Amino acid sequence: MNELSASSRITYRAVMVRPDVARRIRGLSDRTLAWLFITPTIVLLLAINIFPLLWTIYLSFTNYRANRSNVPTIWLGPDWYQSILTDPDIWAAMQVTAHFVIWTVVIETVLGFGLAYLIDKKFRGHGMWTTIILLPMMLSPAVVGNFWTFLYQPQIGLFNYVVAFFTGSAASSFQMLGDVTLSPWAIVIVDAWMWTPYVMLICLAGLRSIPDYIYEAAEVDRASKWRQFCSITLPMALPFIMLAVLFRGIENFKMFDMVNLLTGGGPGSTTEVASITLKRAAFESWRTGYSSAFAIILFVTVFGLANIYVKALNKVKSR
Amino acid sequence: MTSATAAHSVVEPSATTRRLAGSLVVLYAIITMIPLVWIMLTAFKSPDDAISYPPKVMFKPSLEGFCNLFTTRSRQTPEFIRSLGPPQGLCDSIARERNMVVAGPSNYVPRFVNSLIIAFGSTVLAVTLGTLSAYGFSRFRVPLKDDLLFFILSTRMMPPIAVAIPIYLMYRTIGLSDTRLGMILLYTSVNVSLAVWLLKGFIDEIPREYEEAAMIDGYTRFQAFVKVVLPQATTGIAATAIFCLIFAWNEYAFAVLLTSGNAQTAPPFIPIIIGEGGQDWPAVAAGTTLFLVPIVVFTVLLRKHLLRGITFGAVRK
Repeated sequence: MNELSASSRITYRAVMVRPDVARRIRGLSDRTLAWLFITPTIVLLLAINIFPLLWTIYLSFTNYRANRSNVPTIWLGPDWYQSILTDPDIWAAMQVTAHFVIWTVVIETVLGFGLAYLIDKKFRGHGMWTTIILLPMMLSPAVVGNFWTFLYQPQIGLFNYVVAFFTGSAASSFQMLGDVTLSPWAIVIVDAWMWTPYVMLICLAGLRSIPDYIYEAAEVDRASKWRQFCSITLPMALPFIMLAVLFRGIENFKMFDMVNLLTGGGPGSTTEVASITLKRAAFESWRTGYSSAFAIILFVTVFGLANIYVKALNKVKSR
Repeated sequence: MTSATAAHSVVEPSATTRRLAGSLVVLYAIITMIPLVWIMLTAFKSPDDAISYPPKVMFKPSLEGFCNLFTTRSRQTPEFIRSLGPPQGLCDSIARERNMVVAGPSNYVPRFVNSLIIAFGSTVLAVTLGTLSAYGFSRFRVPLKDDLLFFILSTRMMPPIAVAIPIYLMYRTIGLSDTRLGMILLYTSVNVSLAVWLLKGFIDEIPREYEEAAMIDGYTRFQAFVKVVLPQATTGIAATAIFCLIFAWNEYAFAVLLTSGNAQTAPPFIPIIIGEGGQDWPAVAAGTTLFLVPIVVFTVLLRKHLLRGITFGAVRK
């Protein structure tokens, strides 16, 4: 495939330099047009992403507070970075984030791959059911997450009722959102409910990319179904699974909206993921310099982890 | 018969496997739909039915949730209500049963309109910019092409709160705080990375020979882009637009931090709909239902391109 497109590109250039054709290309040169087409996007991103990022980096070295902008700004150097990296509260928030990210990714990958495997059996009506399963991930995490607080109500919520029904305990005997041990799981459940279809969809593409003849050959060699699953299905779908894990990992590391509405970081700080800590520092206590430093640390963390991961992914792909 | 089907069924799952797989998937689908169905049921419940225990599946449908969503009400004495004329409209008569009168419209419609304007505005901008640069990246030799494309993608790795801190300061300085234009620009910058990556994939798939043929026939490069490439890319552009629309429609973090009254969209507004004594769940559910309906329609329209959209074009099937 790659060779094909490369060869077509070569013919294209060969055509382009033929003088009779070149004479016909009037108007803007390709070079001008290329810049004309690309510049607006780059300018927008520079204005709304890069300039603010640079500003954040600058602020992270100062004592600036957004609610006291008339106080003179003092250059502090890397003080914030030092105090953040040695702050046990920040490490607690990072642990909460890690718990959230790891468990959601594990649950979503297992459930999502399982579902994709079942859907790939192409039972009757699988198209319609797939679309139905996909619905939760398209909806607004904030609006739907907010509604889950209703389902989690201890007295009246449907979730508590169903759990009580099956376990025989009283529906008001546990509080998903108010309990220190349960609330980290409450947010994991909602996230898994929303995003399992996402992993499922990517895994399904992976399973469908495996050509039938490989299974046919395995069948001829009398490989058991389990053996086929372990040495064909899983390795060939692995790049797709890893891609899904990457996207979910990044998204959940940044998670804000759903957690903000479900628990707001509480009770106490048991569900205070990094984004919530950041929001509290930046928009509630208005420690702009401090929160800028934390924002940069978070960005570098995501960026670094994602880069290492993509390298691993490429290794798996090229195998 | 047996040999033919046997040869074929080497990789085809048996009927039993299929049935088993089907029932497990259907079971999952039904469980996963319960919260959504519950939202819709709650929207049509009266406040008492909504908070009854055990939860009611069968109930007398009521429009009180929708009325409470669209109106604000004030409590009055029964004597005062009796002194008024006949109720004006359905919502007024529902309110009067609870010793209240409709005081005026709620903020839901303006918030919904803000959502519409900001979502469509940012989508049009993002898709326009995205199509142009995707074509540029797809067809021309751009210096540092891969770095630029990666830079465009990496803007998505920032946590939204981290972006919101400097944007808040910047918008405050240049007067874009709590304006629709500010939100449109912000959402455009987020969506444009998705648009470039998706559309580049779609345009890569259009054979270059089409434009070359058109250019040999005397079109300029730009004419070939407008008259040959754009019509070919319509499906891709439409799919990309719907993805941008859904993102802008669902976005919450920027909206809750950067808007308050003027440009607030529906997602930060719906969770704070409160009635007397806590959250008015039927009204919240009604607001949620109305807010989700367009997305459900779009998802069904988009199902063939979903995979591409959610993976930034990395998986094309």
